[in-house]
Amino acid sequence: MSTAATAHDDHHHHAPTGLKRWLFSTNHKDIGTLYLWFSFAMFMLGGLLAMVIRTELLEPGMQFVDPEFFNQLTTVHGLAMVFGAVMPGFVGLANWMIPLMIGAPDMALPRMNNWSFWILPFAFLILMSSMFMSAFGAGHPSAPNFGWTFYAPLSTEYGPASTDLFILSVHMMGISSIMGAINVIVTVFNLRAPGMTLMKMPLFVWTWLITAFLLIAVMPVLAGAVTMMLTDRHFGTSFFSAAGGGDPVLFQHVFWFFGHPEVYIMILPAFGIVSAIIPTFARKQLFGYASMVYATASIALLSFVVWAHHMFTVGMPLAGTLFFMYMTMLISVPTGVKVFNWVATMWRGSLTFELPMKWAIAFVILFTCGGLSGLMLAITPVDFQYHDTYFVVAHFHYVLVSGAVFTMFAAAYYWLPKWSGVMPNKLLGELHFWSSLISVNLLFFPMHFVGLAGMPRRYADYALQFADYNFWISIGGFWFGLSQLLFLAVCVLCALKKGEKAPAKPWEGAEGLEWEVPSPAPFHTFETPPVVK
Amino acid sequence: MSNDSLEHRNKRTLRKLLIWALAMFGFAFAMVPFYNVICDITGLNGKTSSTASSEGPSRTVEDRTVTVEFITQRGQGVNGDFMSATRRVKVHPGEITLVNFYASNPKNSDIVTQSIPSVTPGEAARYLHKTQCFCFDQQTLAAGERKEMPMIFYLDPELPRHINTLTLSYTIFDVTDRVAATNNNVVAP
Repeated sequence: MSTAATAHDDHHHHAPTGLKRWLFSTNHKDIGTLYLWFSFAMFMLGGLLAMVIRTELLEPGMQFVDPEFFNQLTTVHGLAMVFGAVMPGFVGLANWMIPLMIGAPDMALPRMNNWSFWILPFAFLILMSSMFMSAFGAGHPSAPNFGWTFYAPLSTEYGPASTDLFILSVHMMGISSIMGAINVIVTVFNLRAPGMTLMKMPLFVWTWLITAFLLIAVMPVLAGAVTMMLTDRHFGTSFFSAAGGGDPVLFQHVFWFFGHPEVYIMILPAFGIVSAIIPTFARKQLFGYASMVYATASIALLSFVVWAHHMFTVGMPLAGTLFFMYMTMLISVPTGVKVFNWVATMWRGSLTFELPMKWAIAFVILFTCGGLSGLMLAITPVDFQYHDTYFVVAHFHYVLVSGAVFTMFAAAYYWLPKWSGVMPNKLLGELHFWSSLISVNLLFFPMHFVGLAGMPRRYADYALQFADYNFWISIGGFWFGLSQLLFLAVCVLCALKKGEKAPAKPWEGAEGLEWEVPSPAPFHTFETPPVVK
Repeated sequence: MSNDSLEHRNKRTLRKLLIWALAMFGFAFAMVPFYNVICDITGLNGKTSSTASSEGPSRTVEDRTVTVEFITQRGQGVNGDFMSATRRVKVHPGEITLVNFYASNPKNSDIVTQSIPSVTPGEAARYLHKTQCFCFDQQTLAAGERKEMPMIFYLDPELPRHINTLTLSYTIFDVTDRVAATNNNVVAP
């Protein structure tokens, strides 16, 4: 069919079918769907690695994997979850929802959109292939084994041969994210429907716009860091090598200059999703819309001046640690504004607890829990005790799993009727929610205790006194992992159109342009822009 | 007409954002010299000056004694000895002191070494002045050689009052391959 090549600017042809539809797609809905399935696949794959980690940590002593492989597991688990599950998941939601929310016919740069998705599977193929390197006799250890933060010199002088595969795949992920971010900004700036002023945009669009700016600002810095690693490894430079006059600590500064905005990249879109769902099921306007926008922007700006709180223990002048400590604590102010606004939105609302609302409320509570442990970690002297313990692991899993991932579930249950045209299965959904909610706390809450008691992260073994807690943590881990199969079932049922047919606006209190198009959303929407009053 | 201008606007925004992304890529590399300057000013990473200090101390503070400790470490690829003649010395700020270091090369071939200093606490780094140090240059150790390497230093009389002990650490690296690679590059046209 010759239509495939010209389909993007010729809306009157039929959409291509089969494999070509997905390979050559320039349609924001198709690309959004691809992103979401890819993200879920990486979530399951990264989860599988976590299951192996938890199997090894079920009991003290060495049981199933050797420590070298354990290090590879934690590294690839982190990379798959951060760059494969959370980031592409939010890009998928942006692709699907931003054009629908601002009344645009598609993303502004559809061909680039296709490219930014299709780079990703290859980037991860390269990364994952590193796990099989020693099976083919190409170096030992097999995969990168230095943690997702790839500190020099672990990743430079001591990195395995497959570190170069890792560098290539990080470059590709970076290019993909930058292109995705550029697309979001151009779409939001140039394609808003008449009357859709910036301060009328849904908060999901706002948070994504700010996230996109963060991505463009810091993904190139990550690219710079891995480029310096590459030249240190092969071209005789010494950016991070003390022997040649460089400084390994410099690596941590460059990395965390990327890394801290990165953690907000993974949570700001989540704020937007929750700000869409809570008003719907509280049947009230979002409390403090403008303050939400300003709070998001302040979090984004502050994220550039807090990076060194990840490295209090490297030895910094007192003035430096104080600066980064106070700046970090300052972030709790705009974050507090947000949590307050969500609670105030629910206050005296006509609340109902459909599935998306359940996930959103769980998010507000559990994310606040993760935020509070973050506040503890920000205190420099205290951080000397917590640094690199399971307390840190508990903290970032609370904000990323019961934070970012929970909102993606919320988003899926909220918008699946729009995407698929059928309501998600209620029974499976309820089971998925309650099962995940209980298991996620069983999994991550005891990590606070073992962390405070001094259990270090990234080890394949632990001291005997941590055995009981770790047993229950592992049970929680397996339970949480298995619970996600329920979500797979919900998604497959929706994809097969099995279920109660969804109306255009399945949620009574929902507002926004996305509910004005039929369910499932037709292939092309808003070809003539709606007028927003 | 509006369609055409929209495409134009999209391209313009795209171009601006791409330039920004490229600039941020450059910024990552600009962080390297920037970091070095910050470190020079604040002593953030405990690096001491890599050149000999040209002038001697202005005075000696006789009523104050500071302990200077020495630590030596072997970096990757070095398997000979590397140690200081003494573990610690007590000095008055402004007093010129000589400490000998020893390095040996048990290998059958010559090696080129580079030693990297680091001072703890970092803020003391810029108060430690060296008039002579084996770390200023690469040291060649012949096969089987044991070499005495002197280091002469004094503490700045302005050393902050709260610093009573400072630790000077040296890590020795084998840079033979690195030097060979650089020389080859110079010879090759």
